[in-house]
Amino acid sequence: MTALLYVLLAVVIAVAIWQIASIFNLKGVIATEKDNNTQGILFALFGIFFYGLMIFSFVKYSSLLLPDSASLEGEKYDTLYLITMLLILVVQAITQFLLFYFAFKYRGIKGRKALFYADSHKLETIWTVVPAIVLAGLVLYGLTVWNDVMDSSDAENPLIIEVYAKQFQWEARYAGNDNELGLANVRNIQGINTMGVDMTDKNALDDIPTRELHLPKGRKVIFKFRSQDVLHSAYMPHFRAQMNCVPGMVTEFAFTPSMTTEEMRANEKTITKVEGINKIRAEKGEDPYEFDYLLLCNKICGASHYNMQMKIIVEEEAQFNAWLASQKTMAQVVQ
Amino acid sequence: MSDHHHKETFITKYVFSTDHKMISKQYLVTGIFMGIIGVFMSMLFRLQIAWPEQSFSIIEAFLGRHQDGGVMSPDIYLAIVTIHGTIMVFFVLTAGLSGTFSNLLIPLQIGARDMASGFLNMVSYWLFFLSSVIMVCSLFVEAGPASAGWTIYPPLSALPQAIPGSGLGMTLWLISMAIFIASSLLGSLNYIVTVLNLRTVGMKMTRLPLTIWAFFITAIIGVVSFPVLLSAALLLIFDRSFGTSFYLSDIFIQGEVLHYQGGSPVLFEHLFWFLGHPEVYIVLLPALGITSEIISTNSRKPIFGYRAMIGSIIAIAFLSTIVWGHHMFVSGMNPFLGSVFTFTTLLIAIPSAVKAFNYITTLWKGNLQMNPAMLFSIGLVSTFISGGLTGLVLGDSALDINVHDTYFVVAHFHLVMGVSAIYGMFAGVYHWFPKMFGRMMNKTLGYWHFWITAVAAYGVFFPMHFIGLAGLPRRYYSNTAFPLFDDVADVNVVITMFALLGGAAQIIFLANFFISIYKGKKAEQNPWKSNTLEWTTPVEHIHGNWPGELPTVHRWAYDYSKPGHDDDFVTQITPLKEGEEES
Repeated sequence: MTALLYVLLAVVIAVAIWQIASIFNLKGVIATEKDNNTQGILFALFGIFFYGLMIFSFVKYSSLLLPDSASLEGEKYDTLYLITMLLILVVQAITQFLLFYFAFKYRGIKGRKALFYADSHKLETIWTVVPAIVLAGLVLYGLTVWNDVMDSSDAENPLIIEVYAKQFQWEARYAGNDNELGLANVRNIQGINTMGVDMTDKNALDDIPTRELHLPKGRKVIFKFRSQDVLHSAYMPHFRAQMNCVPGMVTEFAFTPSMTTEEMRANEKTITKVEGINKIRAEKGEDPYEFDYLLLCNKICGASHYNMQMKIIVEEEAQFNAWLASQKTMAQVVQ
Repeated sequence: MSDHHHKETFITKYVFSTDHKMISKQYLVTGIFMGIIGVFMSMLFRLQIAWPEQSFSIIEAFLGRHQDGGVMSPDIYLAIVTIHGTIMVFFVLTAGLSGTFSNLLIPLQIGARDMASGFLNMVSYWLFFLSSVIMVCSLFVEAGPASAGWTIYPPLSALPQAIPGSGLGMTLWLISMAIFIASSLLGSLNYIVTVLNLRTVGMKMTRLPLTIWAFFITAIIGVVSFPVLLSAALLLIFDRSFGTSFYLSDIFIQGEVLHYQGGSPVLFEHLFWFLGHPEVYIVLLPALGITSEIISTNSRKPIFGYRAMIGSIIAIAFLSTIVWGHHMFVSGMNPFLGSVFTFTTLLIAIPSAVKAFNYITTLWKGNLQMNPAMLFSIGLVSTFISGGLTGLVLGDSALDINVHDTYFVVAHFHLVMGVSAIYGMFAGVYHWFPKMFGRMMNKTLGYWHFWITAVAAYGVFFPMHFIGLAGLPRRYYSNTAFPLFDDVADVNVVITMFALLGGAAQIIFLANFFISIYKGKKAEQNPWKSNTLEWTTPVEHIHGNWPGELPTVHRWAYDYSKPGHDDDFVTQITPLKEGEEES
């Protein structure tokens, strides 16, 4: 690959020098009929390159895309995404075709006069009204999904978890038996109490601090995000979930996991993706990779922003409860 | 003004000039210089992204103590990304583009002797120059330049403890931007006043070329939104230096609690994007104006739907001030606000679609003259559509959740505002070079420049959508910490190669530009057979633009191939024939 790069660079520099040298004898400055012809044909070829690149990218890079959504809300997201993408591709294909085709078809010929065509109310009305209608549909549909995703007020018995961000690490706190998080503020940070939990608040005592996120399948999880220093963003791409963590403020996002880690590992798209990754890793002599859900930081936060992650494990409710019961509560940890 | 014989010294002619044509050239050359820095930086960080562990002697040579054996440090990576964004958005595509062409074309195309205030115009350029110098100086401070991203969100940008670039580097960034904003405001006020007051006889608003409409509306957006960025920056300076808490609250860093209480970074985001989003159109509208003019001239056809084009410029400008929240869907802002911003944002697609369709219709049944400027203009329409369409994903709050801050965003905005605006700038340079320098640029070099750039631009940004959809966050120093992203490494290599190719292609442009200034073929008065007023002035620049009286305008700027005329163009100063109707 690198060799190819150097060859490409060398070609460009050679062409550049050759062309720069020729500037002294070639004084061509205004397009002639011959130029119009060549450049028009080049636009047609560029159109082919353009569609080729689009098709190539879709074929070659589709395996890179995220696998099926691992949350119920994410499934709605995926449908909306698919419809929007189809619409985009149709409009893209048509408009770009017209653009390159016209550039080719109407390339200048000496003596031909262009059509004097300055206005058409009919046409303009069409391409104002049609996009308006399509967009109205898209907005309505989008907002339905948005409200579904963002409104978790009607959730029955949701699990409440605090996700806590700091340079360059994630922590989490489960609300415990009372399912209510104790108060917290950075001013309470001391020793092992790294999240600044207020131990005088009785709700805080049964809270469970962890360094790994375990989630039960099929139960709505409401995340409360806090940050201790700068902005971070809790990004959980497999669940189609993201929310910024803002110092001085608690933000919120909720979703219902719909596939356990094991199920996702057995998902066809995941298998293809993991195979692709492991082929690359094998070439580099690295250990094979096993799929895991991740929480990544997605807001620039400092030098190690690129390595701020936490593993997420989705399991059946029983397994999850067993895991949670095995964790120490805040009261036990701090004492 | 009308006295074109008074003596000029080197200083008053080339340095502290009040002549809009000279100021425009100063803007252009400064913009190109900043552009070289900005593009070069992108080459450096693309090397890092494609080959994260490899050593490069070029990195060793340029990054000094910020690299180790030819591998850049994470801090300087973020710094370069930050400064690349700042320079390209503000110094190249705002000052370089708008400053150059608004200055050159407003007086020439409306039939004025100069800007309303030549002195303010000069001050505006020199403030821009000063801010450029400060920004470049900030690259050399010990802890490195500002590194919190070009959006400089606090607390990262406020706390040197959080990232070293937020020390002196950030201070210089803020000072530079404050001066930049002052420069931009002086320029914009001048443009607005000039367009409103100094139009020549017969130059009604409805006869203005679309370039002028674009510059005029752009200046208005600038005046409305830039002061808000200034206030945001001032409050940030207060937080950084005087202990206030506008943006900061409850912070624990490096083992201690800071005193800040009650502020919110979200406030900064609102203030920043109140400029930041209109800024997109401050960058884009002049490019679209230039394209309108060039596509019409080179198609030998009137621009299709002149009034609709003006309407859509105004609509875009108005909407651009009420959509900023779409950058903040996952900021923790109330979800209801998210709904409102989704609605206003997707509305912008309507005037944008009108513009795109009108460009395409202008080409239809034209007689296309494939000058380099025309190629770049057609290229602009293509990237404007490609980049604009993905805005439907990002502007939709629900869909934004999962692509927010990923490479999908990077691909989107580079196509729709980066590449499009830079194409507009190139188109403008090729088209008005004869007006600026009295010589012509070489067309063959122009063709090579365009085609390599066009292939490279799509080669870079098309695959980039996919790595974004794979969930890869932007501003990652390296993706090696995530086996999940091992399979995007190859794509990043391809992207970097196209980026290097595209970067190298700009050498062709630079050579063509600078050699043509001295060696280019002497220009005729109206080389592109254009209708607008600037081509009625003499090739040699004179103070006051027109030797005798100011021209009188009798028609709009787009009478190309009008039936009843022998030539395929009719200049704006040609009186209507008997019985001829104005278009």
